[in-house]
Amino acid sequence: MSKAKVATTSLCGCFGCHMSVLDIDERILDLVQLVEFDRSPINDIKHIEGTVDVGLVEGGCANEENVAVLREFREHCKVLISLGDCAINGGVPALRNMVPLKECFEEAYLQGPTVHNPEGRIPDDPEIPRLLDKVYPCHEVVKVDYHLPGCPPSADTIWAALNALLTGAPLELPYQLVKYD
Amino acid sequence: MSSHEVTLFIDGKEIQANKDVTVLEAAEENGIYIPRLCWLKGLSPFGACRVCLVRANGRPQPACTQRVMDGMVVDNDTEELRGIRRNIIDMIFVEGNHFCMFCEKSGNCELQAMAYRHGITAPKYPFLFPQKAVDASHPDVLIDRNRCILCSRCVRASKEQDGKGVFGFTGRSIDKRLAVSSGEGLAGTTLDVDDEAVSACPVGCLMKKRVGYAIPVGERRYDQEPIGSDIESVAANKGGE
Repeated sequence: MSKAKVATTSLCGCFGCHMSVLDIDERILDLVQLVEFDRSPINDIKHIEGTVDVGLVEGGCANEENVAVLREFREHCKVLISLGDCAINGGVPALRNMVPLKECFEEAYLQGPTVHNPEGRIPDDPEIPRLLDKVYPCHEVVKVDYHLPGCPPSADTIWAALNALLTGAPLELPYQLVKYD
Repeated sequence: MSSHEVTLFIDGKEIQANKDVTVLEAAEENGIYIPRLCWLKGLSPFGACRVCLVRANGRPQPACTQRVMDGMVVDNDTEELRGIRRNIIDMIFVEGNHFCMFCEKSGNCELQAMAYRHGITAPKYPFLFPQKAVDASHPDVLIDRNRCILCSRCVRASKEQDGKGVFGFTGRSIDKRLAVSSGEGLAGTTLDVDDEAVSACPVGCLMKKRVGYAIPVGERRYDQEPIGSDIESVAANKGGE
């Protein structure tokens, strides 16, 4: 049997959920028996070619690049999973959603107490992805098949979910493994 | 059976109850948990959150305000009602700014626990991210309205148990907000940190200052067992009777 393909990415996240993936400890040896990693920060593959069985998305959509990456994942992944609170509800980056974007920029680049910006310029280089008006949960941008909450989801939660998906078992997590913190 | 007792059926189980109690109370006395957020023992029922919605003789009613009647047939744990409750919980989440990942109440929060019990991993409605004010003026108590679910437990506890009337509401519908009885904010009221109103809050809206994150993860109230398990375990222990 050929190995299942897994892709992962961190959009507007802190890589904490990826750390939690690594936190499955020695079980990662079992995991590499089951899966082959496609696009992922772990191997630095830049784009998904072909079809991937499971996509894990950390972080919400804060800028245009996040949206483009998320759409690539949706297009190429049979099963797409929102991994962690930021992907599910925006998380800490979504704290800016209660403040208009213009005020966020002004605070960050013009008025903040530690800002040194004599030209009074707000970065607008075309190489920098433009911010969205708000941070969006992934399922408000594309269809998401499963949500694994947590900040981060525990290694046990990720392991149980991946194991179920890769072995075709129903994804029914015990009470103790579904937590929002 | 005395004349003060009635017989009713909850999810097919026959139970006896005093004729003056509500469906929610009768269920609880018999080890049946009906999910609830705005109901709190010792306070007058309010019927605000609708999480305790049941079908009483076929009619949708909040169990916290519906009195028992002889022969009443109550549906509680059905797919339909679980779905309605999930939708209500979803709406409460998207209407507020509930950042569980850093909230001091996490693990002890009844709203979060209710979502856990109903197996919610993400709300189905779009998040609104409303603007809501924080009041940190009081030396010992913080109001974070971002987390308020408008259950009125603090409003009722302050009035009925503390005899003060510190809290109330302003605005209507989506603009409804928790208010306090002073233009100076919470510091201008007679609220004391030991008031029942403070501990009545089911979420992280009314918080005692300087006591956050006191209990380690894994040992908090709802870390291991779903909300309502204590009520249901009473039934399990009575199982042999």
